[in-house]
Amino acid sequence: MAEKHIDELSGVETTGHEWDGIRELNNPMPRWWLWTFYGTIVWGIAYMILYPAWPMVNEATKGVLGYSSRAELAGEMESARLAQGGIMEKISKVSLEEILADPQLAQFATAGGASAFRVNCVQCHGTGAVGSQGYPNLNDDEWLWGGDINAIYQTIAHGVRDTVDADTRISDMPAFMDILQPEEVRQVAAYVVSLSGTPRDASMIEPGKQLYADNCASCHGESAEGNRDLGAPNLADAIWLKAEGEAEIARQIQAPKHGVMPAWNARLSSETVKQLAVYVHSLGGGE
Amino acid sequence: MNQAVGGCPTMNYTFETIALVVGAFLALLAVAFTHDSLFAAHMWVLFFVLLASSIVMLRRVSFAPVTAAQKAAQQTEYFDEVIRYGVIATVFWGVVGFLVGVVIALQMAFPDLNVEPWFNFGRVRPLHTSAVIFAFCGNGLIATSFYVVQRTCRARLFGGNLGWFVFWGYNLFIIMAATGYLLGITQSREYAEPEWYVDIWLTIVWVAYLVVFLGTVLRRKEPHIFVANWFYLSFIITVAMLHVVNNLAFPVSLLGTKSYSAFSGVQDAVTQWWYGHNAVAFFLTIPFLAMMYYFVPKQANRPIYSYRLSIVHFWSIIFLYIWAGPHHLHYTALPDWAQTLGMVFSIMLWMPSWGGMINGLMTLSGAWDKIRTDPIIRLMVVAIAFYGMATFEGPLMSVKAVNSLSHYTDWTIGHVHAGALGWNGMITFAAVYYLAPKLWNRQRLYSIRMVNWHFWLATLGIVLYAAAMWVAGIQQGLMWREYDDQGFLVYSFAETVLAMFPYYVIRSVGGALYLTGAFVMAYNVYMTVKGKLREESPLSRATPALQPAE
Repeated sequence: MAEKHIDELSGVETTGHEWDGIRELNNPMPRWWLWTFYGTIVWGIAYMILYPAWPMVNEATKGVLGYSSRAELAGEMESARLAQGGIMEKISKVSLEEILADPQLAQFATAGGASAFRVNCVQCHGTGAVGSQGYPNLNDDEWLWGGDINAIYQTIAHGVRDTVDADTRISDMPAFMDILQPEEVRQVAAYVVSLSGTPRDASMIEPGKQLYADNCASCHGESAEGNRDLGAPNLADAIWLKAEGEAEIARQIQAPKHGVMPAWNARLSSETVKQLAVYVHSLGGGE
Repeated sequence: MNQAVGGCPTMNYTFETIALVVGAFLALLAVAFTHDSLFAAHMWVLFFVLLASSIVMLRRVSFAPVTAAQKAAQQTEYFDEVIRYGVIATVFWGVVGFLVGVVIALQMAFPDLNVEPWFNFGRVRPLHTSAVIFAFCGNGLIATSFYVVQRTCRARLFGGNLGWFVFWGYNLFIIMAATGYLLGITQSREYAEPEWYVDIWLTIVWVAYLVVFLGTVLRRKEPHIFVANWFYLSFIITVAMLHVVNNLAFPVSLLGTKSYSAFSGVQDAVTQWWYGHNAVAFFLTIPFLAMMYYFVPKQANRPIYSYRLSIVHFWSIIFLYIWAGPHHLHYTALPDWAQTLGMVFSIMLWMPSWGGMINGLMTLSGAWDKIRTDPIIRLMVVAIAFYGMATFEGPLMSVKAVNSLSHYTDWTIGHVHAGALGWNGMITFAAVYYLAPKLWNRQRLYSIRMVNWHFWLATLGIVLYAAAMWVAGIQQGLMWREYDDQGFLVYSFAETVLAMFPYYVIRSVGGALYLTGAFVMAYNVYMTVKGKLREESPLSRATPALQPAE
C-alpha cells in the first residue's frame, strides 16, 4: 500500500494514490447528498408501485392508482364536454338560423368557430381573416359565393374546386388568350380598372367596354357587379383578389388563376364547420 | 504501425499514403457506378478530401530509414503532436459550430435568411448540432483523453500512428457528415443524421479510439486507474454501443445514400431517444466529468475532494443514465410503463449527477482565492455551476406534469444550451487554455486578460440565451394550452410563433456574444502557439501578484 499522506490545507488524509501530481482526499460522501439520493430511490419505488411500471409477460403492472395516460385524456375530454353544458349537442341538432337567433348558442359557436379558424384557416386567410393576394378577406362585404349563413356554410363544408367533393363550388373562367388579341385584352383591362375609378382615356375604354359586353358580361354582369351563383367576382368595387393593377388584370384575363379551398366537412366535425360558418358570418360581412 | 515491423527500419507514412490513394480511387469508382446523384456528389467530396490528403502525405513520405533515436523517442516520450492538432481542431470547430448556431438563431427570428436549398434551417440545424457536439466537443474529448490518459498512466499512447488515424478519421467523419447535411443527405434521426456509410466509417474510427485508449490504460505504470480514465472509458464503450444500435439500418443500395431503419413505429422512436438522451449522457456529461476530474485539480493545484464520492457517483450515474431516454416520449404512443421508467430513473439520477458537481466545486476548497486572479478557474467554476443547474433542470423537466408544459417548447432549447454553452463549452475552454502553453511549451498563455474577456463574453451570452429561452418556452407552453371560458383554444400556432420574436432576437444576441468570446480564444491560442506574450498587467490589483517575467 502507498504510504499515508495528509493534505496540509484541509488536514484530511489522502488515499495515498497519486497520478501526475493529483491526489485524492479520503473525505466521506456528504450526508445530505447521500440521504437525498436515498430519498429519490424511495420516491422512485413508491412511484413504481402507484403507477404502471413493471413489464410482465403480457402487459405491465397497472399500478395501485390504476392510472393510464389514455384514461387521463379521455377524462379531461369528458370533463371539458360536460363543462360546455350540452351546448355542442344542441349546435349539432339545430339549424344555422336557429343558432344565430339564440344569443347563447351564437356566442358559443362564434368562440368555437374562432378557435377552429385559428387552427385550420389562418394559414391562408391570415390571423385576422384579412386574407392576402389570392386569399379572400373575410371581413368585408364582398363575397364570391354568397355571404348569408347558409352560403358560407356551403362554401366551407364543400370547399372550392375540391377534387373529391361532388358539391364543391366550381366555376371556370376561360383563358382568353385563345379568344382575344393581346391588344383587345389590354382594352378590356383598361375598361375594368376604369370601373373602379382609375382614369383611362376613351380610346382604350370604349373598345374595352364593347369587348366586355360581348365576352365578360354573361358571368360578371352588365355593370360588372359579379354573379355569386358562378363565383364571378364584382369587378367594379376596387377589391382585387388575384390581380392588382392593369398589367396583372390583363394576365388574369389571358390565363386566369383559380383559387382552391378544401372541403372541410371531410376534415372537421359538422358542429365545427357550423361554428366556423357562424364565426365567419360574424366577422362583419355576414348577410 | 512502424513499431509493429520490429527491428526492421521502415519508411514513414508509406502505408498511410497508399491507403489514402486507394480510398480516393474507390470514391471515384463509387461516383462512376452509382445511380444516385446525391451519393455521387457526396463521393466527389470524399474523393477531393482524400486526394488533397494524399498529396499532403506524399510530400511528407520520408525515404530515409527511421533512426534508432527516432524509434526510441517514439516509444518513450508522450505522443503529443496529435493532441496539438486536436486542440486546434477543437478551437476551429468551436468557432464554426457557434457561427452556424448564430446563423440558425437569426433564421428563427428572420425567416428570410433561409437560403434555399443548401442553407435552409432544416439542413443547417443538424450542421450546428453536429458541429458543436461531435466536432467541437468530440475533438476536445479525443484530445484531452489522449493527454490525460498518457499522463495519468505514465505511458505513451498505445498503437503508434493509430492515434493519428483516430484524429484524421474522426475529422473525415465530421466533414462527410457536414457536407452530407448541406446536400440534403440525412436519415432524420436527431443527433444521428449521417447515413449508413458515414456511420460505418465512424464505427471503424471509434473502435480504433477504443484500442488506443484501452491499450494505453493497460500499459500504465500506475497501480490504479485514475478516475478521469473511468469516465473516458465508459464514454468510449457506451457511445460505441449507442451508435451501432441506433444506426442499425438496411441500405437501399450499396452505392446509394438511402437506408431504412431496422426499427419501426414506437420502437424506432424509443431506440432513437435511448440513443439521443445517452448522447447527452455519455458524450456531453460523462467524458466532460473526466475533463473536470483532471483539469480542475491541476489548475487549482488541490487534491480531489472525495475518492469515495467519485466511485459511488460514477457507478450510479452510468447505471441510471442509460434508462432515462423514454422521458423524451412522455404522452406519446410509448406505453405508460416505459414513460414511468424514464421519469423515475431521471429523478434518481439527480444526486449521482450532482456528485460530480460536489467533487468539482469542493476540490476548489482551499483555492477559492484563485477565482479572483485566475480566469481559467472562473471558467471551471461557471462550467460546474451550469452543470449543476442543468442536471437539476433535467430531472425536473422529466416529471410528466412539468413535461406536459415544457415539451416541444423553447424551454428544452434553453435547457440544452445551459448545459452545452455553460458546461461543455466553458470546461472545454478551460482545458484548451490549460493545454495550449503546455503543449507548445510556452511560459504562459499569450494573454490572461483575454481569457477574462472570453469568460465575461461567454457568461453574458449564456445568461441572455438561457433567460430568453426559459421565458420563451414557458410563455409558448402556456399559450398552447390557453383555453377560453367555453373550452376553446385561444391562440393559433402562428400567434405563438409571432410572440417568440423578441426572445429569438435576444437569443441571437446571446449567441453572438458567445461566438465573439470564441474568436477571442482563437486569437489567444493562435498567438500562444506562435510563442508571443502580450504585455499586460496582472488580473487582480487587490493582491500584489507576481509579475510575469517579460
